[in-house]
Amino acid sequence: MSKFLKRSAQGAEVPHEKKTSNLETVVMPLPSKIVLSMSQHIGAPAAPAVAKGDQVYVGTVVGKSGGFVSSDIHSGVSGVVDGITTITAPNGAVQTAVVIIPDGEQKVDPAVAAPEVTDLKSFQDAVRASGLVGLGGAGFPAAVKLSPKNLDEIDTLIINGAECEPYITSDNRCLIEDTHFILSGVKAVMKYLNIPKCVIGIEANKPEAIAKMKDAIDVPGIEVKTLACRYPQGAEKVLIENCSGREVPFPGLPSDVGVIVMNVTSVAFVGKYLETGMPLVTKRLTVEGDIVKEPKNVEVIIGTPIQELLDFCGGLTDEPGKVLYGGPMMGNCVADLSQPILKNNNAVMAFSKKWAHIPKETNCIHCGRCTNACPLGLSAKEIVQAYNDGNVELLQELNADLCMSCGTCSFVCPAKRPLAPSIALAKIMMKNGGKK
Amino acid sequence: MANKLIVTAAPHITSPDSTQKIMQRVCLALVPTLIASVIIFGINALAITAVTVAACVFFEWAYCKMMGREVPVGDFSAVVTGLLLAFNLPATLPWWMAVVGAFIAIVIVKQLFGGLGYNFANPAIVARIALAVGFASRMATYPKPANGIDALASATPLAVAGQVGSESYVTLLLGTHGGVLGETCAITILLGGIYLIVTKAISPMIPVTYLATVAVLSLVAGKDPIVQLLSGGLMLGAFFMATDYVTSPTTDKGKLVFGIGLGVITCAIRFLGTMNEGVSFAILLMNLVVPYIDVLTRQDKLGIAKAKKNKEAEAK
Repeated sequence: MSKFLKRSAQGAEVPHEKKTSNLETVVMPLPSKIVLSMSQHIGAPAAPAVAKGDQVYVGTVVGKSGGFVSSDIHSGVSGVVDGITTITAPNGAVQTAVVIIPDGEQKVDPAVAAPEVTDLKSFQDAVRASGLVGLGGAGFPAAVKLSPKNLDEIDTLIINGAECEPYITSDNRCLIEDTHFILSGVKAVMKYLNIPKCVIGIEANKPEAIAKMKDAIDVPGIEVKTLACRYPQGAEKVLIENCSGREVPFPGLPSDVGVIVMNVTSVAFVGKYLETGMPLVTKRLTVEGDIVKEPKNVEVIIGTPIQELLDFCGGLTDEPGKVLYGGPMMGNCVADLSQPILKNNNAVMAFSKKWAHIPKETNCIHCGRCTNACPLGLSAKEIVQAYNDGNVELLQELNADLCMSCGTCSFVCPAKRPLAPSIALAKIMMKNGGKK
Repeated sequence: MANKLIVTAAPHITSPDSTQKIMQRVCLALVPTLIASVIIFGINALAITAVTVAACVFFEWAYCKMMGREVPVGDFSAVVTGLLLAFNLPATLPWWMAVVGAFIAIVIVKQLFGGLGYNFANPAIVARIALAVGFASRMATYPKPANGIDALASATPLAVAGQVGSESYVTLLLGTHGGVLGETCAITILLGGIYLIVTKAISPMIPVTYLATVAVLSLVAGKDPIVQLLSGGLMLGAFFMATDYVTSPTTDKGKLVFGIGLGVITCAIRFLGTMNEGVSFAILLMNLVVPYIDVLTRQDKLGIAKAKKNKEAEAK
């Protein structure tokens, strides 16, 4: 009751639509070209390490990490660099990109070899060299995450297998198909960072994954936690609260409460990389949507243009209205289909114009659903009101900057008001000190 | 580009629920009570309901047309107001008075303040109070049940509570006693209220805390809590009027405060004042303080209190 009065944080009952959850991952053949953006992560962009005409191999570094919070970019094909160009990301940023034409040989770079890992330092270096970024969507360089300042205070590793986004099943397939890599990755992180406990959180709508994971665990200290199907169960702070009962302070990081969170796909990659030394060059994606002819889980080379991926899935049955990187709750719209697949993508969705129809916005009736659904206890309607009034002081009092843009408020709003995007604008206004 | 893609901010899906659907559910929840009122008070109950609903919808449409605003009749909120207003009138009220009530509710209380979502108080409550003050004798002339056509002055059970001949619990539950047309039958109101709670149209917080407060205070004051709960406009008010989204707090904490406040004011008027009935005034008064309750009962945001605590600890 006291918790209930404190913050109802009901989340939302989003539709599951996990129709691809039983579809085994298929490997997509070589695309005609790959386009590797130099900004596939949070932090400084990588700098192109190749020039037009250079020969590259599978695993060759083509983008050199641009600082501590940055990441290397590797080629997923053997072939010739066609040139350095620019692409416009979904957020409007213009990014440098390396275009490579595959030669079909798929020769592996001689430098690719299983890393020699003996201690924390060599483990962190290996992760850094692997080009791993947070694969759950954020794209935060993994090596940075695995180098917390207060390492001795970290006592819990939480593996995020919630996958609360509708439609997407790539993490589910990872849990089922790469169970042993997840386990070896978890063991490595626990060993080198000296973390005694690991909780793997999985939403209850993935019974096969839960059973498989539970079966595979052969050491003490690792447990699988079945989570309620409530969006946004997979949001970092929500997951930490539900898996460990700890509340991450704001401003602050999970490490402040002794926790490191990694996505299942990320930790599976760590396990695989330690065995093979092959850097992050492919990604498992769910390709879905009402106009995708053959929805699939696909293993695709990073940099593959979306158009070619959609063609591999039988093409589209109707003119597309919206094409998304990611799921319908937090995914970004793609402006054109020549855009490449990025490291942190976990799905590509194509929807018809009818599906993409935006319902008409009506007056706020103060029903309070946004407030009661917000996983963080924010009051969306008040924040939006304060934003419209240009009241930065009130925005600060309402902690608008705590918002993680999960979109729950917009989803539950019966008046169909675009609350989440307005809060995103409010956050920008707070940063700019009152200017819209 | 030939094939232009739509680009919007996430999320790209919304829940199937809408304002219109919620209002329709409220209408549906009121139907059993409407049927009960027709059985208890005769066809006049249906006629006056039809008049208020038609008048409310008409005033909403006409006002918006005149002001060049978009006509929101499709959202069913005017229908809800019309139904609730009718439920607050005696079945024998002259129709023109009911139309005046509809005008007050829709034009004065709702539209002049900006329409749906901007009214400061529940339109039907204000209209009931205005009519009760303006046409005091007609509003207090309750038809005797089963003899609904003749306007016979009959005291509500509240006026006679505690006296000899007080209504039995069964009469109170079935609503076969004098009163305004929609407030007498406790069973159907409860039915509608439970339907709204189950379909998540309303939270049980306000009705439960409101009724519980009244029950406790009745015991303290030495009155029969069951009679107090089942008579007057309490049931209708607790489930349908006090839970109006626009004029009630949004957080659970706020709803708790709101419900207790309603209970205290209702009992104060009933037990200490000269009026028999306090529900309308309790709701109106609490409506007015909702903006303050909302500001004072915000939820604890995840991690904020903790960060503050850490900071204070560091400062020490």
